[in-house]
Amino acid sequence: MTKKILSVSNINKYFQVKSKTALFRKPASVRVLNDISFELIEGETLSIVGESGCGKTTLGRCLVRGMDASSGHVYYHTENGEQIDFLELKGKKAKPYRRNVQMIFQDPYSSLSPRMSVFDIIAEPLIANFKLSRAEIEQKVMEIAEKTGLNVNYLQRYPHAFSGGQRQRIAIARALIMHPRLIVCDEAVSALDVSIQAQIINLLKDLQEQLQITYIFISHDLSIVQNISDRVAVMHLGKIVELAATESLFGSPKHPYTEALMSAVPQPDPELNKSRIILQGEMPNPANPPSGCHFHPRCAYKTEKCVREAPELRQVGENHYTACHYGEELNLQGVHDETASVI
Amino acid sequence: MTTQAARTEQPLLSVQDLKIRIETDNGVMQAVDGVDFNIYKGKTLGLVGESGCGKSLTSRSIISINPKECETTGSAVYHSESEKALHNLDLLSLPPTGKRIRSIRGRKIAMIFQEPMTAFSPMYTIGNQIMEAILIHRTKDKKKAKKIALEMLAKVGISDQEKRFDQYPHEFSGGMRQRAMISMALSCNPELLIADEPTTALDVTIQAQVLELMRELQKELGMAILLVTHDLGIIAKMCDEVAVMYLGKIVEQAPVKEIFYNPKHPYTKGLLKSMPRLGGNKSKRLDSIEGAVPMPIGLPPMCGFYDRCKDRIEGVCNTKAVPKTHISDQHSVRCFLYEDQSEGESQ
Amino acid sequence: MRTLPVFRRQKPEVFNTAKTKDANYSSQWRLIYLRFKKHKLARASLVILALLYAAAIFAQFIAPYGLQSYDSKYVNAPPMGLKLIDADGKFHFKPFVYGLKSERDPETMRKIFVADTDKRYPIQFFVKGEEYKFLGLIPTSLHLMGVEEPGRIFLLGTDGMGRDMFSRIVLGSQVSLSIPLVGVGISFIIGLFIGGISGYFGGWLDSAIQRLIEIIRSFPTLPLWMALSAAIPPRIPVVTMYLYIVIIFAFIGWTDLARVVRGKFIALKNEDYVIAAKIAGVSDAKIIIKHLLPGFISYLVVATTLAIPGMILAETAMSFLGLGIRSPATSWGVLLQEAQKIENVALYPWKLFPLGIVILTVLTYNFLGDGLRDAADPYKK
Repeated sequence: MTKKILSVSNINKYFQVKSKTALFRKPASVRVLNDISFELIEGETLSIVGESGCGKTTLGRCLVRGMDASSGHVYYHTENGEQIDFLELKGKKAKPYRRNVQMIFQDPYSSLSPRMSVFDIIAEPLIANFKLSRAEIEQKVMEIAEKTGLNVNYLQRYPHAFSGGQRQRIAIARALIMHPRLIVCDEAVSALDVSIQAQIINLLKDLQEQLQITYIFISHDLSIVQNISDRVAVMHLGKIVELAATESLFGSPKHPYTEALMSAVPQPDPELNKSRIILQGEMPNPANPPSGCHFHPRCAYKTEKCVREAPELRQVGENHYTACHYGEELNLQGVHDETASVI
Repeated sequence: MTTQAARTEQPLLSVQDLKIRIETDNGVMQAVDGVDFNIYKGKTLGLVGESGCGKSLTSRSIISINPKECETTGSAVYHSESEKALHNLDLLSLPPTGKRIRSIRGRKIAMIFQEPMTAFSPMYTIGNQIMEAILIHRTKDKKKAKKIALEMLAKVGISDQEKRFDQYPHEFSGGMRQRAMISMALSCNPELLIADEPTTALDVTIQAQVLELMRELQKELGMAILLVTHDLGIIAKMCDEVAVMYLGKIVEQAPVKEIFYNPKHPYTKGLLKSMPRLGGNKSKRLDSIEGAVPMPIGLPPMCGFYDRCKDRIEGVCNTKAVPKTHISDQHSVRCFLYEDQSEGESQ
Repeated sequence: MRTLPVFRRQKPEVFNTAKTKDANYSSQWRLIYLRFKKHKLARASLVILALLYAAAIFAQFIAPYGLQSYDSKYVNAPPMGLKLIDADGKFHFKPFVYGLKSERDPETMRKIFVADTDKRYPIQFFVKGEEYKFLGLIPTSLHLMGVEEPGRIFLLGTDGMGRDMFSRIVLGSQVSLSIPLVGVGISFIIGLFIGGISGYFGGWLDSAIQRLIEIIRSFPTLPLWMALSAAIPPRIPVVTMYLYIVIIFAFIGWTDLARVVRGKFIALKNEDYVIAAKIAGVSDAKIIIKHLLPGFISYLVVATTLAIPGMILAETAMSFLGLGIRSPATSWGVLLQEAQKIENVALYPWKLFPLGIVILTVLTYNFLGDGLRDAADPYKK
């Protein structure tokens, strides 16, 4: 049975940009999120991929209310089927929902307060949300620390005593302590070394299996995304350009940008790097996006129509959506399971 | 074998027994501990490892730009065919702020960094800064220098060079800046390019452009590249030979295909297995290397990877320093598992 | 699920944390302390400052003479050297001073003092002298040192009225060292409050406060002092005068601190760990107390320390111009004002001793501030 946990509808976010020339003119605004809508199924991992500046981090922050969206709704479906607009809730009322949605940050060095002991860091959400005795808190912290592979004897230490991987475990423990239903992982493994990355990815997977957590996994690394997610949303310049089940997206992408992204990933295999599509040019300026389809200046398949008309995200297959006028017609190149045989 | 033939020629740069010690609050850190490798003309050597393994320090010590606290010993013999003064010259023996190393830096050996923003001064135009390098090393004529600079900008794929020439670094995007840095580095036709994580700060699509550019330019200019990176994907794409570093030591060194298809050291194997790759599938659990890299302070003579190794032999790996074992002519590894398979003499 | 061991049973390591020197268990303040300890200049400065302040606190006890006492026989007397060996080459266990006798300079006919080697006054410790209240409470007449009557001890000479410079410098330090401290203390509180509001609420309130600060800071300080001190009624008691001056300094001084607070507040507000706390549902008040305040308090201490020398100089300057503390109360600025005639520099250079003390104090505060600044962020690599 597929149970929805979050319905995101038409989220927009504008950033004010201070103009250097205008003293009194209204500041210009950049549309960082452009009508983002998607649904999230309980227990799945939805990845959001894109290059820097595409708005994926902003989206993540808006979903956990670390930042306020300019417009739109995020409906949260409670366990007993109620539907609540998460963005409308203010102050105390938001608390019970808030604790169900947690976040893990990219940089485990800046996401842990250096001035608190690890125990205090993990316990902080508990203390803020529940009235518990000291013994109960200790019990819970120990439990979660053990689950995330932390040495319980070191909990009184301060974060600076830990390596990057250990710190990320601490961050995960803090996110997990209130048993949230949804965790937004914002580039949660990008700052880590390869060998540590694998440990953390495995840990996230194990925790999901044990605790039925839903993940939104924000990343720029397609290899990791393919490894961890059930569905993938590809973002480009504030828009979702393709949204599909992982196998479907990687096997037969329906948007030229997805194809180019996948092709650009350098594969750890010296014989494989043959036919690569190398996108020309750079990401357009979000303050002044191109007309029609935002991707058309870099697209190899563009036509007149792409310059004129902005494509909507539409369904092109079972569980496969794309925002390309020619999604079905183009025979785009995916990646296949040919590397799996190596080693 | 063609590579076999290459071995008979004299390497452009031969680093032997390079050691770097750094005094810290907690003791003396042996950041680089006996590294040796050769770089040949027109070839690319990849130096790969995780953060803190000493790969950046190693590459920077070649042109003596490490901070003063780094105590460097060993030798880095540079051999340039074209210049008599540069026959068999040990770069590490030169005073680090002296005239001779400065004349080599930038002219014979150029370097590009991870963060192009810091490589350029924000106060001068890009064109000015490229010209400066040319004026120091190649020509005294300003007009000629500008012409070369414009040519270089065109070569690295920057369109509208005349306009770009007069722009400041902040007006360039990250990818453009990296291109400009490459053009500055290559403006004096160096024989060796040291690239320290040249694309780590860039997006994948831009990274692909920059890597492609580096390869084309290498073909065109025939320079050697020392590529420092943590990304095995980039290594696979760019390198002829690979040295895998762990805890200040090269644990395995071999031609690129050997490393990827016939890895020997448990660390190399672990790295390759722990990397998620496109085309893999979701259900597959990644093989991770447990534990974390220890600090290289006051370590006993033993295998640095011992605590994390799945194939460790107690009583052997943790009791003595690991010698280098040559598995084949070009494939060497620092691991006791292969001690008896050695072909050549171990050092 | 298996039950987990209860935390209390595992406490051994936790118990040890207080005693262990392991940096892994060190809190922010301990790390700051460890770093500060390495800064030798700052440590030395701290010792000197401690001595200066101790001298100020026990000023009446240390000074051999009171503020009011003068001796017209000894006008403009030079500093007396403390001696252990007398004119005949004899060694004395107790340090002593010679008496002074006045003579005429045979060329300029100016009155000068020469040591009278016939009169030897050994220094005596804990002697009875003028009456005063110890720490302002206990009436006593005990002084740290003195010489037997009719001898006099002028370690740093006397001024134009025959008052002992050493006593006046020590007594003046009470004002000169405490005004900056109190002034900075008040501006610290105002700055923390207003800067905090500015940084936390942002928006138009922030803009308004920032403009206000800019206006205050764009006032030329000298005319501002003059205007403000003109507003102080003349002939008021010393204590009231003191208060007025502190308020003037605080009025100007808080702007710097408010800016530091606001800047740090905004920077920290967007730190990942603060956002993480917000997402975890921690209340705003708690975020400020637990995350923001500890984050910038160390910077604030630095800014405050570095603001003190400025205030010392300002008090000195104000009193020097005759706008601040006025005689008979004294401060270093007052002493310098009295010494401002050019003849003093040429003939009675010992009257410039207060200048040396001011420089010493300002320097030590600056060194201390430097040391604190280097130690303030122990997490920066």
